[in-house]
Amino acid sequence: MDLMESIRQNFIDEDRWKYLFDGLMTTLLITLFAVLIGLALGFLVAIIRSTHLKTGKLTILDFFCKIYLAVIRGTPVVVQLLITYFVIFGSVDISKVLVAILAFGINSGAYVAEIVRGGIMSIDNGQFEAGRSLGLNYRQTMQRIIMPQALKTVLPALANEAIVLLKETSVAGYIAIADLTKGGDIIRSQTFSPFLPLISVALIYLVIVLFLTHMTGKLERRLAANDRR
Amino acid sequence: MIDVKGLRKTFGDQEILKGIDAHIEKGEKIVIIGPSGSGKSTFIRCLNLMEIPTAGTITFDGKDITHLNSKEINMVRQRMGMVFQHFNLFPHLTVKKNITLAPVMLGLMSKEEASKKADELLERVGLPDKANEYPKQLSGGQKQRVAIARSLAMNPEVMLFDEPTSALDPEMVGEVLLLMKQLAEDGMTMVVVTHEMGFAREVASRVLFMADGNILEENTPDRFFTNPKNQRLKDFLSKVIS
Ligand SMILES: Nc1ncnc2c1ncn2[C@@H]1O[C@H](COP(=O)(O)OP(=O)(O)O)[C@@H](O)[C@H]1O
Ligand SMILES: [Mg+2]
Repeated sequence: MDLMESIRQNFIDEDRWKYLFDGLMTTLLITLFAVLIGLALGFLVAIIRSTHLKTGKLTILDFFCKIYLAVIRGTPVVVQLLITYFVIFGSVDISKVLVAILAFGINSGAYVAEIVRGGIMSIDNGQFEAGRSLGLNYRQTMQRIIMPQALKTVLPALANEAIVLLKETSVAGYIAIADLTKGGDIIRSQTFSPFLPLISVALIYLVIVLFLTHMTGKLERRLAANDRR
Repeated sequence: MIDVKGLRKTFGDQEILKGIDAHIEKGEKIVIIGPSGSGKSTFIRCLNLMEIPTAGTITFDGKDITHLNSKEINMVRQRMGMVFQHFNLFPHLTVKKNITLAPVMLGLMSKEEASKKADELLERVGLPDKANEYPKQLSGGQKQRVAIARSLAMNPEVMLFDEPTSALDPEMVGEVLLLMKQLAEDGMTMVVVTHEMGFAREVASRVLFMADGNILEENTPDRFFTNPKNQRLKDFLSKVIS
């Protein structure tokens, strides 16, 4: 079978390219919203944990955050996805994509939390003291002095976390979501030719990741230039 | 203005301040000297409650400030400026923003008022052309002058200095001391921890010698330096004045 024939069979016949296209849209949708949830959750957890470290307050919340971090980072994301779908939402009629967004978002939140907490703790304590010595309260000091600096230092790492998450969503097929990976696999199972569908899937991921990495690099260089100012 | 009685501070099981008594009058310039680790920073940081005393009282303007809630603590800090050894300017903000941030955020001035005040202060510290630069672009001495301006923007009643020139290259010490001298002449109440004996001699109304968490000697600079009584002070002075 020559290449043209194979392309026709895998992508054109029965509009099979749509598995890839729709799958890609699903992958991007899950990633985008999971990133947003991860950021919100991660920042919340990071602020609770660093507030606890700096002031000794929020002990109970900090305890729950620690459990969350240990559980999420100590178990595989696929298992978390399966549990979210079959156990937590097992008896609820809910969109699988929504379940995936939640599961991946909650997963990503743990990694974001550690990145952001590292960023906050990396800011010299003198910054905090200068703010407090002027009479600013804890929240004002965090908002206007610590977080802007911390955010800047962690931005590249956060972008990287989003890239990692994009690739991790490829296990969404475990709960029968037709994401990009699953799309390629469906084509493979219909045409019995694994090469083109799977290589195409890989290439699509690669192109997106390379693009995002390129943008992250650009961002990093701009931040560095800002620093030299 | 500030009255310290029996001030103690412990970290863990280490007692760093062992019952300090001190009195600071309005307009006075108190210079604190003493070996490293003797508790000078801890003492000065207790005055604006950056450290909470373990025991004893600090009275500020007739009011005991050792048992305040955090809101009241913030109010006290607004009235006391603090200048740090490492300047601690906010690197993500311009010089002017460094100065205007607190008064605007705390609702003490409008943006316009704060901006005008910042211009005046930058003029006063000799850096009128640096308003829109970032701390990174300044020399150490310039940074410390901006840090002083930032504190002054709050119109403090007292200024606390914790080794303000110790992190500076020698050639930049003079400009900061000069500014502090001018501040003293303008009548500011000042508490200064420093190793600059010349400054102590010239500017201090009283000099305190701290060692091991105690004030061992306290006198006018004249008597303090020419006729020290405490043996540890004598040893200390013979080492630092060579
Ligand atoms: N936050 C803290 N926690 C524990 N120990 C501290 C703390 N701050 C200061 N110390 C200790 O208190 C002692 C006195 O410190 P400090 O007041 O900075 O002395 P000085 O300013 O005279 O050099 C030092 O031994 C220091 O290690
Ligand atoms: Mg010190």
